Amino acid sequence: MVRSILIVSISFFLIVGCGSKEKKATAENKDVEMEVATNTQTSDVIFPVYDFEGFKPLLNKEDDKTYIINFWATWCKPCIEELPYFEQVNAEQSDNGVEVILVSLDMPSMWKSRLEPFVEKKGLKSTVVILDDPKQNDWIPKVAEEWGGGIPATLIYNKDSRSFYEQGFTYEELNTALNKFIK
Amino acid sequence: MKTFKIIGLLALMVLLGAFSGRMITDEAGYGIGDNATDFSLKNIDGAMVSLSDYKDAKGFLVIFTCNTCPYAVAYEDRIIALDKKYKTQGVPVIAINPNNPAVQPRDGFEAMKKRAAEKGFTFPYLLDEGQKIYPQYGATRTPHIYLLEKTASGNVVKYIGAIDDNYQDASKVEDKFVENAVDAMLAGEEIKRTTTKAIGCTIKV
Repeated sequence: MVRSILIVSISFFLIVGCGSKEKKATAENKDVEMEVATNTQTSDVIFPVYDFEGFKPLLNKEDDKTYIINFWATWCKPCIEELPYFEQVNAEQSDNGVEVILVSLDMPSMWKSRLEPFVEKKGLKSTVVILDDPKQNDWIPKVAEEWGGGIPATLIYNKDSRSFYEQGFTYEELNTALNKFIK
Repeated sequence: MKTFKIIGLLALMVLLGAFSGRMITDEAGYGIGDNATDFSLKNIDGAMVSLSDYKDAKGFLVIFTCNTCPYAVAYEDRIIALDKKYKTQGVPVIAINPNNPAVQPRDGFEAMKKRAAEKGFTFPYLLDEGQKIYPQYGATRTPHIYLLEKTASGNVVKYIGAIDDNYQDASKVEDKFVENAVDAMLAGEEIKRTTTKAIGCTIKV
């Protein structure tokens, strides 16, 4: 009897422990050092930089592909944690006509100092673009009416349908969501 | 034997309670017109602060913010400016750090004191110890602003959202959401835009 209670208690500790582990910092998620006044040196950033008007066509492609548009930033821990799953799905599903686009919401001061080194260090293969449009209240609802502005957030769409997720994904969850789009 | 049993059961109950409590509060949150809860939270000077301490206030700018979020940092000077402008008109800023210092050590109490001193915060900067207040408000990110109007029946939520429409550059702001809301509230006029959206850092729990 004692033993069974202990086992149950321990398994609860384990469940709760796993839940919180997702949110713990990992080595690469160092705290953000923000230099608001820093000179930005953004002219030679290696990724395309869009305002929302320039970015909008990426949300409305009419070809036969399924697009996974993931909104993230290097300062967003849960975003960094789910990136490997998007990378994996991008690699595994490219023959199925699936393309992952990682939309960085990093601030201009971070493009050279944080974003570029991060993408290089992680060896990200998915397409990375920068969405730089401070009029967030205008464009957030245009991505998805239900989006409150939290990241990570992900839009999956093809020419027939679209779904928006203001949440983090596991590999399994991402595949489940994607399976509704690919035949 | 019996003691073990009781300890085991107690541990289970505590865990279940903590777990289900979080699940429920995650779903809650205020809408415009709701009565906002008061609180008693520790300020960086060690004193406990409640909305009810402010006998002469006409309202409050309750701002969930923190040390570490780039967006929150980008707005620090504007939060100080809001406090300076509206405290004298009876609507002080009350800043609350909702992040769990165990998850984000740079949002701990000592770090809060240091940041407030560096920036010269003119308003209380409270720690939401145990992360109990922000879920009741429904704050999901930092910075997240709640304008409350003090009425006979409680502190009524009048505006929820962002400070303005340009986090990057205060000089390029076209729409001062919060200032417009406070000005309208103080003038007894209708607030035209009661909710706005912004990208922010998710709250670390």
